[in-house]
Amino acid sequence: MNTAMLALEDGTVFEGQSFGAPSESYGEVVFNTSIAGYQEIFTDPSYAGQIVVLTNPQIGNYGANAEDNESRKPFIEGLVVREVSPVASNWRSEENAEHFLATHNIPVASGIDTRALVRHLRSRGVMRGVLSGMGGDPKLLVEKARNIPSMAGLDLATRVSTKEAYSWAAGVDACSPSDRLAKAVQPRHHVVAYDYGIKRNILRKLVHTGATVTVVPAMTSAEDVLSLKPDGVFLSNGPGDPEPLEYQTQQVRNLLGKTPIFGICLGHQIMGRALGGKTFKLKFGHRGGNHPVLNQVTGKVEITSHNHGFAVDPGSLKDSEVQLTHINLNDQTLEGFRHRNHPAFCVQYHPEAAPGPHDSYYLFNDFMKMMDECKK
Amino acid sequence: MPRRNDIHRILIVGSGPIVIGQGCEFDYSGAQACKSLKADGYEVVLINSNPATIMTDPELADRTYVEPLTVAFAEEVIRKERPDALLSTVGGQTALNLAIDLAEAGILDKYGVELIGAKIHSIKKAEDRLLFKDAMRKIGLDMPHSQLVNSVEAGLEFAAKNGYPVILRPSFTLGGTGGGIAYNMEELEDILERGLDLSPVHETLIEESVIGWKEYELEVMRDLADNAIIICSIENFDPMGVHTGDSITVAPAQTLTDREYQMMRDAALGCLREIGVDTGGSNVQFAINPANGRMIIIEMNPRVSRSSALASKATGYPIAKIAAKLAVGYRLDEIRNDITRVTPACFEPTIDYVVAKIPRWQFEKFPGAEPVLGTQMKSVGEVMSIGRTFKQALGKGIRSLETGKAVTAEKFEDHLIPKRLITPNPDRLNYIRFAFERGYTIEQVREMTGIDPWFLKHLKEIIDLEASLESEKLETISKATMLQAKRDGVSDERIGRAVGATSLEVRAKRKELGVTAVFNRVDTCAAEFESFTPYLYSSYESECEANPSDRKKVMILGSGPNRIGQGIEFDYCCCHASFALQEFGIESIMVNCNPETVSTDYDTSDRLYFEPLTQEEVLNIVDTEKPDGVIVQFGGQTPLNLALPLKRLGVPIIGTDPDNIDLAEDRKRFGKLLDDLNIPSPPNGTATSEQQACDVANGLGFPILVRPSYVLGGRAMVIAYDEDTVRRYMREAVTVSQDRPVLIDRFLEDAIEVDVDALCDGEEVLISGIMEHIEEAGVHSGDSSCVLPAYSLGEKEIETIKGYTRKLALALKVIGLMNVQYAINKEGKVFVLEVNPRASRTVPYVSKATGVPLPKIAVGLMVGKKLSDFSELLKDAVDGVLVAPKFFVKSPVFPFNKFPGVDPALGPEMRSTGEVMGVGENFGEAFAKAQLSAGTPLPEGGTVFLSVNDRHKAEAVEIAKRFSQFGFDLVATRGTAAAIQAAGLKCKTVFKVNEGRPNAVDLLKAGAIQLVIYTATGAHSFSDEKAIRRAAVAYRVPCITTMSGAKASAEGVASRQRDPIRVWSLQEIHAEAKATGSR
Repeated sequence: MNTAMLALEDGTVFEGQSFGAPSESYGEVVFNTSIAGYQEIFTDPSYAGQIVVLTNPQIGNYGANAEDNESRKPFIEGLVVREVSPVASNWRSEENAEHFLATHNIPVASGIDTRALVRHLRSRGVMRGVLSGMGGDPKLLVEKARNIPSMAGLDLATRVSTKEAYSWAAGVDACSPSDRLAKAVQPRHHVVAYDYGIKRNILRKLVHTGATVTVVPAMTSAEDVLSLKPDGVFLSNGPGDPEPLEYQTQQVRNLLGKTPIFGICLGHQIMGRALGGKTFKLKFGHRGGNHPVLNQVTGKVEITSHNHGFAVDPGSLKDSEVQLTHINLNDQTLEGFRHRNHPAFCVQYHPEAAPGPHDSYYLFNDFMKMMDECKK
Repeated sequence: MPRRNDIHRILIVGSGPIVIGQGCEFDYSGAQACKSLKADGYEVVLINSNPATIMTDPELADRTYVEPLTVAFAEEVIRKERPDALLSTVGGQTALNLAIDLAEAGILDKYGVELIGAKIHSIKKAEDRLLFKDAMRKIGLDMPHSQLVNSVEAGLEFAAKNGYPVILRPSFTLGGTGGGIAYNMEELEDILERGLDLSPVHETLIEESVIGWKEYELEVMRDLADNAIIICSIENFDPMGVHTGDSITVAPAQTLTDREYQMMRDAALGCLREIGVDTGGSNVQFAINPANGRMIIIEMNPRVSRSSALASKATGYPIAKIAAKLAVGYRLDEIRNDITRVTPACFEPTIDYVVAKIPRWQFEKFPGAEPVLGTQMKSVGEVMSIGRTFKQALGKGIRSLETGKAVTAEKFEDHLIPKRLITPNPDRLNYIRFAFERGYTIEQVREMTGIDPWFLKHLKEIIDLEASLESEKLETISKATMLQAKRDGVSDERIGRAVGATSLEVRAKRKELGVTAVFNRVDTCAAEFESFTPYLYSSYESECEANPSDRKKVMILGSGPNRIGQGIEFDYCCCHASFALQEFGIESIMVNCNPETVSTDYDTSDRLYFEPLTQEEVLNIVDTEKPDGVIVQFGGQTPLNLALPLKRLGVPIIGTDPDNIDLAEDRKRFGKLLDDLNIPSPPNGTATSEQQACDVANGLGFPILVRPSYVLGGRAMVIAYDEDTVRRYMREAVTVSQDRPVLIDRFLEDAIEVDVDALCDGEEVLISGIMEHIEEAGVHSGDSSCVLPAYSLGEKEIETIKGYTRKLALALKVIGLMNVQYAINKEGKVFVLEVNPRASRTVPYVSKATGVPLPKIAVGLMVGKKLSDFSELLKDAVDGVLVAPKFFVKSPVFPFNKFPGVDPALGPEMRSTGEVMGVGENFGEAFAKAQLSAGTPLPEGGTVFLSVNDRHKAEAVEIAKRFSQFGFDLVATRGTAAAIQAAGLKCKTVFKVNEGRPNAVDLLKAGAIQLVIYTATGAHSFSDEKAIRRAAVAYRVPCITTMSGAKASAEGVASRQRDPIRVWSLQEIHAEAKATGSR
């Protein structure tokens, strides 16, 4: 078996065994603390440009299956784990997880002391790194890591976005005869969804709660969106820094007040910037499925799914325009807000889960209700 | 919603004695609840009958009642204390049941006590099968298909539709009589026909079987604001069909995708909300069909449980502590996570390691019980282990069990493999290993066991790795191979066996290669936030997070998994040792692997190492911490077994020198010491072979007591009346302890046994308790009721005992605790039976009876203080003996109802799992309360059945006379009846079992007997006697097998007729004693 090597820009090098593709990949090294859901993480386009470290030490246990993909292919640049499972065991499994990654030319390092790596990233902040699935000279790899463009200022959303508009009509399917899904609602709204790197479960949830969806590329203008006669516009999640996305921010500004808007993650950050807010990079981001978020309107706490390296500075938003609705109880960062005068709201975290808890599904219904109101 | 200010005084109900299925996890949860509520300013009143618990320590509550957990006594506590609220969810099923009984008897309403934690309607909805089923159906959760049928045809139709096997439960039959599992049509016809016949309403429930499905548990919490979180997911290694308590379990769940896990999470939260548990922790169990993912809900417990203790230790999230806070109104987001300090308790822990729990069974103590596992729990304890991977955790877990035998040393037979794989049993893990070694495939083993291939593949990899080590040599083994073996959880000893070296040689080589253990932290968050709590486990990763301090520090070796003979009492001592060290300004470091205990709460010690108690793992910690001292005398036999080897390796053992501990165990050296001190002991000898044993026995004269050296709990100890027994014993016992001789003592018949606990600082001796056993010598001290103060010993005998104890303590240079067992024969001569220079099982009981914290003083002595430094605590001692200001009776609790068919007669092998304490103004009162707490209440009227051997006839007549005066009717077997009638008493004669019918067993079954007094005829246990004792256990009739026990029962019955129901808190007993100076 080949040696796998992860070299960080600060000179730290971790060595393990290579399990995925015998290739070299570059990116920002980030960690995710979810226990389950590695396949959803692999295929979440928001991880474009990132090498992902999973804190759960046993990865690949239940294999991979087509239904759990969050997009057409894995988007992580590389995977770092403590132990790749020697067997895939689950009734839905179709192939081995590492094989799935290898076929998409993604390197996997196993046998890494991921806890030490995470502690390193936690105290120093996320940093650039190179993951080699075929060994190599550590010094050279560190050098390469230092030459990777920094995530700050990087527009990755337009890179991962669809090139053509398409419509989406599939709802959520049960994963077991005992899966108690809420009843699918007959479509009554047309939602145009900006794809900055959209996850399929957002689309499934939109359909399941009563919408037909047209997905449009990240570079679509507000006029073109409005010409599709949407009942509401959705701003998706996506990778990279929101700051360079000036075009997208401008389109959201143009849409505001003209149609109901719901944003998630990068969509939330773009909306924040559209309202004049500032965004900043977090030291090591939020990635996991256990963050407590307080809904300040209901007073209830939701356990939420997270994947973001940037956040909106709540102090930069005008209180007269914006009501802060959701706060992260771990670090008090902003997790959601709504416009006081226009039908627009957004959350930083992932109510569509996949992976993660379903506590925040209600937001999709809120969006449907908002569109109902606007139709009246 | 902050804390409630409308309630001030809260009554917490404990779980009573340790029994199978309800262990010391409830001491952990109860102690946490007490601490947490007290810290919040509530006045805490506690009732629990178990004196061996930390929670019944006077410091943990404002008032502590060690009283029976019955409606009558609880009402008396409530009447006296007038609590505002009762917390019922931290004391297991016992507390929940008592709460329901109190509510239904109208007592809570009468005194205006609010039930907090779980409401009555929620408890009922969760516990009543039908209500639960309806509730789950209502929210759309799947349950096993089932149907009530009145005919065989209907049953066959059901099975045709749902497939075999099916489970049959006839309606309204006693204890599920007539039920069973039918694997085919023939069996179904057979069982169903019988079931319908047995059912008074001719009705049987037929249910789809989920045996072999994957089993999961989720630990859930919810607050009054409906915030609900999952603390931990647990996946069972053993599939459905084996009780969770008997399953190896793993956290977190390993083989579920996020979709499937979230489906389960939604179901668990839905269940919690529907049942209406509005504050606290619950446990929800699921089964999943591995073929298609169908998920059914099995049950939910609306309280903290064994699994929540495990989940707390597995994640670092203290469920019981938080549950107590939620019960008084706090919201989850108002409570802080202790470990990270900055984040709230309202989140879901995530873990970056794997946790394995492995049960420990003791079928060997119950001859006649079939060692198979099923839906009734049989294990007496468990271990938990933490590793970075499943393999590492499993290896550490197996080592933690201390079964005393290396896995590969096990004998097994090829032809047994399929049977041992198919029928779950305690040895199944070994048999999986043998099967793989014999070339079985994973698929074959999966088919036979139903165990998920994910687990099996890992087991196979470990076995393959170990096999590959066989071709290695110690000199040439590579760093990579060594590291791989250690990372996969292989012990130094196992590597040593493979390469032909000792474990210490492997250790040295490892260090030379740079393969050393490091320590990682359990932090609830997979390192996302900094951890401030040194809760550590070992691994072979790249960085060590132990971060030891440079303070003065002492390490305490705990007692490992609970087992009969080594249970919660030793955990009590270890915890107190830790508290005492902290009080003396010394850093305390706890090492233990038992997830049920208070000692493995990260709150108990300054630093916690959750590790197996093996030489390898202890040395790893010593290397890292470099402690100033290591305490081995509090954890029972487990640390003592390590004491000498550790000392030889230079580990600074403090307290009594391990050499002197060894001396007390070494028959020859100890015999010489007794001779030198001129202290008598029963004539004795040692033997290493069958013939030698017979020779020694014949030389001493029968009866004799035979036992192996270095065991606790009288393991494999028997009284032999003839040579045959000795021969049989030697053939069986040699497997217990190969290289240590068997000890043979002349057995003193009808002697009184006395247990003495003492403290010694090397110069002065303080006797903390002289406990008189109620059963005579020959019954294991752990199985005998005993009383403080001694109530029938003469002054001269007590003086002799005191003198001997002092001499022994000084001669053994005891620093700390010592326990001596004496026997006093009919002539009043005192013999020493055994000396244990360490903490004994009775330490917590004596501490509670005297109000003096013995382990604390012992620790003080070990760190260099003198008894005189504790004069304030000891000022009430009289002539060097602590005084018990009332009568305190400790009684054992037995698990015989879990092992049907096993003879419940008491003997030299300990078989009780737990203990209770009764407090009284007189012996009878204390004894009656203890019996009530032990679940064998003395009858208030009815019929006493007597059958005693000739030696006991005269005493039996006296006892019969008393019971007759109390208004009881008498029934006896022929000989005994004749003696009683001869004394002019009315007594019916009944047949012996082998004489004809109706016999005593028939009367027991008919409910015509309320108390059995039955003494064995000595040499053999006849089937007749066994049958009566078994029937007594089955029909829950107290069965007394000794004359001294019978006398005590008479005292108890007298008290129940004479004394009112009254209760005392420990605090008031000792305050009163201090105030009056009458101690």
